[in-house]
Parts: sequence; C-alpha cells; structure tokens
Amino acid sequence: MQTLSVNKRAAILSVLLLIFALGAWEVSVTRQEVGVALTEYEILMGLGQPRAAVPPPSDVMIRAWEQLSDPFYDNGPNDKGIGIQLAYSIQRVLTGFLLAAAMAIPLGFLIGMSPVAYKALNPFIQVLRPISPLAWMPLALFIIQDSQASAIFVIFICSVWPMLLNTAFGVAGVRADWVNVARTHELGSLRTALTVILPAAAPTILTGMRISIGIAWLVIVAAEMLVGGTGIGYYVWNEWNNLDLTSVIFSILMIGLVGMVLDAIFASLQRAVTYAE
Amino acid sequence: MSKPFLSVERLTQSFPDGAGGTLTVFENASFGIEKGEFVCILGHSGCGKSTIMNVLAGLAEPTSGVVKMDGMGVSGPSLDRGVVFQNYSLLPWLSALKNVTFGVKARYRDWSRDKVVDHATRYLAMVGLEGDVIHRKPSQLSGGMRQRVSIARAFANQPKLLLLDEPFGALDALTRGTIQEELLRVWSKTEQTVFMITHDIDEAILLADRILLMTNGPFARIAESVEITIPRPRVRTEIVEHPNYYAIRNHLVQFLGKRSKELAGRASDGASQSPAPVRIDLTAPAENPEPGPQTGPESGREPRAHLKAVHG
Repeated sequence: MQTLSVNKRAAILSVLLLIFALGAWEVSVTRQEVGVALTEYEILMGLGQPRAAVPPPSDVMIRAWEQLSDPFYDNGPNDKGIGIQLAYSIQRVLTGFLLAAAMAIPLGFLIGMSPVAYKALNPFIQVLRPISPLAWMPLALFIIQDSQASAIFVIFICSVWPMLLNTAFGVAGVRADWVNVARTHELGSLRTALTVILPAAAPTILTGMRISIGIAWLVIVAAEMLVGGTGIGYYVWNEWNNLDLTSVIFSILMIGLVGMVLDAIFASLQRAVTYAE
Repeated sequence: MSKPFLSVERLTQSFPDGAGGTLTVFENASFGIEKGEFVCILGHSGCGKSTIMNVLAGLAEPTSGVVKMDGMGVSGPSLDRGVVFQNYSLLPWLSALKNVTFGVKARYRDWSRDKVVDHATRYLAMVGLEGDVIHRKPSQLSGGMRQRVSIARAFANQPKLLLLDEPFGALDALTRGTIQEELLRVWSKTEQTVFMITHDIDEAILLADRILLMTNGPFARIAESVEITIPRPRVRTEIVEHPNYYAIRNHLVQFLGKRSKELAGRASDGASQSPAPVRIDLTAPAENPEPGPQTGPESGREPRAHLKAVHG
C-alpha cells in the first residue's frame, strides 16, 4: 500500500466511496418496497397501489443506458433524446455567454485603463451585479416578446458581471513596468492593448470567463424551467410532471457532467494563457 | 563651448508633500553627456536619480527644465532612448528571444521576420545567451540571465541613448561581475551613449568615463563630475592595480559618506547648477601644485596634492 502514489490511493478511495454510496442508496430505497399485509379498507383506499418512490440506482443506470444509447431521437415536443435537450441548453448558454464576452471584455478594458470610467460605472455595476438573473425574466419576456431570446438574455446578464469585473481588475493590475516597456518602444494604444495588456491580463480575464460559464450553466436550468419548450431544464421539469423520478435523477447527473466538461475546457484555456513571473 | 550630445538644462522636479507644501527633489540641475560616453550617476537612495532617469526616458514630466538630445527637445518616451529597468521588465509570457524580437519589431517595422530573429539572436549571443536557452521563458532563467536578455533587448534596438536604471542591483556579486564585463564588451563594440544609475562605487569606476555625484535630497544637486582617468579596455582584476583607482575610489567614498549630506538641502536661488568637474590623475605630472581646493574641508587621507579641480 505504501508504494502506491497519492493519485492511485485517491482513485481507490473515490471508487470505494461511490460503491458505498450507491449500495446504501440501493438498500435504503428497496427496503420501502417491503409491504405488510393490507386490510381490505386499505386496499379500497388505494394504498396497495405502487407508491411513487425514489428509484434505486440500478433503475437510474438502466435509464441512462437507454437514453445514452439513443441520445438524439425526436418523438415530438415532449419526447426528445437527452442529447437534443442538452444541445439546446449548451447552444443557449454559449450564445448568451459569447454575447456577454463580446461586451464585457472591451468594456472591462476601458474601465480597467481609465480610473474615470471605473468610478463612473462602478455604482451601476454594484447595483446591477447582485440582481438574480431570473429576476430579469419577466421584464425580458415583456420587452423581447420571445421566450427563447429571453432565456439567452438571462444568460447574457448573469455572465456579463464576472467577466466585466475580472477584465477591469486584470487590466488595472498590469504591472506599470510592462506598460513602460510598451511606452519606451513607442507602441500605439491598440498595439499596447493587444501585445502587452491583453496577454498580461489574460489569466485574470479567463478566470472571469470560467466563473461566468459556471454561473451560466447554473442559471440555464432554472431559465428553461420557466420558458419551457426545449432544453435540459425543461426536460427535468417535464419528467417531474410525468413523475418519472428516474429520468429526473439521470438528467441531474447529466447536468453535473456537462457543467464539469465546460469548466474543464475553460480550466485548460486558463492554463494555456497563465505565465509564471 | 559646443552643446553636448545630450544636455539637461535647469531640470527641476517637485511634488506636493502631502501637507500643503511642495517637496523639491532637485532644482535647476544641468549637465551634459557627450556622444559615445558612458556616464554613471552615484547617490544615496531617494536623492532623485531615478526621477532624472525617468525624465530622460520620457516616462515622467519634469516640473520645469528641458532635456535636449542632438539639439532637439525631448518629450515622451521614444525608441531613441532605450531603457534597461532594475527589475528587468521582461514580458513573462514571451520567451527570451521573443522579448528581444518584441523590441526589434517595434524599432524596425519593415524588417522581415527572419531578419528580426537573426538580429535578435545576434544580440543575445553578444551577452552570452545561445542555443536552447533563448527559447525559455523569463521565469525559467536565473536573475543574471534575465538581465542579460534585458540588456540585449536594449542594445538590439540601437538607441541613441541607453538608460540603465541600477541594472545589476538585484544580482549577486559574482553574477554582477560577469555581466558588467559583458556590458563593457557589448558597449565597446557598439559605441553607445550610456547613462547609468548605480549604488556600487566599484561598478561605476569599472564602467564609466565620468561619474556624476549627487547630494542627498531634498534640493539634491549633481555636485561633481568625476572623470575616471583609467585607460580602457578595463578589466576588474587589473584596474585595482592602477594608481588612480584608489585615489578616485576614496574621493567617491568620501563624497557619499560625508559631503553628500553636508551639501544637501540647499536651495539653488534660481542659479543653474552644473556639476564641478573633478579630475584625479596620479599618473600625470603634477603641473598644478595648488593643494586641492575643491575636495572639501575633510576629504580624508587622500593625496590632495594631486587633486585638480576645475570650475566649469
């Protein structure tokens, strides 16, 4: 045991924890199925019907297998494969996120480079930032008059703040020495921004983008529960209405997995631009 | 007297002192540097050396006064005035080579990629950086190597004036010695005009044609301009044997130890303050028997008889 590396020991412990948790879950939910003999009155009252209960992990695994072996089937509005629903959600998240990045990063540059712009815009940012993105939903629905576009707007508004603040913070924190290097080399403002300030602030900017994509993925589920139609959030709510808890649990796991993948993508981008001083 | 290549005229720098008044760092400072000359400025911390350097580099605006280079007033930073900063100021996300090409590309915008890389590689080789090392990031280089890259970047741009702000301040003594010699070698090949800030007396004597001595602030002034009468090429181990070495060194030590304080804190009364030229040469026949009048009342056990101070 002593010869195993830390990683191997951690992996073994993870697997053991998983087996223990799934085992405990399986045992605890199947025990409920054990019924006692019912009186005639109880049977008449419908208590003998199979009660809706939290499904055991074995059921969830079977459902996962079914769903993942055919993720893109489309049998009408209320019966689409998990792949299609996730694709809708990811497409909305990316659209809102990219729109937010297109606005937040240039604006963050401006705020970071100009103390006046920072002081002028800061009160607005401080008021707008703590607003729950879903609070914008009614207003967005009224103004935009389109539920899909409103969902994208909600993603936009929630992912704009971390990127804006991190860009401004990163740009304002660029070492004066590096800016002086640009000045003594007679670089214009655009070249200074692109060749010195952007690479210098890139790790901070990407931290903001990583936080934003995480929040966007949290918010899309709630937004789609509200607007309905398509997407993983709608799927969860639809399966709840169907009382199909197996599918609910399965989709919860899928939301977690996709969120992890999105975060991993931005973590690797972050590593690519990080530099050691 | 013709104007020197670089002339600093009545430079004054003052800041608000935070209590309603102003703090004058230096006032009406005037001096000149000839083309191809290597000038060091010595003085205690806080006397305003770096402020002068920043004004020359164009990174700071003086309160009043002008700096003229080649007869033209300078304002703002320029590629004609290259700077080597104390903390190297390499861009940490670029390799050593890319840091140099960054400068070369800015200087020679119409050069081809190959020509830029070629030029940069040549200057890196001049400071002893060759092979794989030049593709490393600054964080993977030692302090000495980083400062070499920084020097190569400055020299590769072939500026008219090179400003070195305590370039060896953060290096250990052994590395400092090696790089000083490399700097001398590169300098002698390129005939650059160099203005350098240093704290290190021996370094200044090894490198400089002339040393400007600065008194303490506030109202600091460049009191003396000491000519280094030791012939080039100079090698560290040999110059200490030269008869002038310790005479000059003692003079500098006395100045920094005593007279920099005694001369501090005097306002200029509006007069332009040029440094008094000092020439110490024990090898020349003593044609001036007058005992050194300019070395101050307590200049120690120096051979005063050989000091010749000339008023400018």
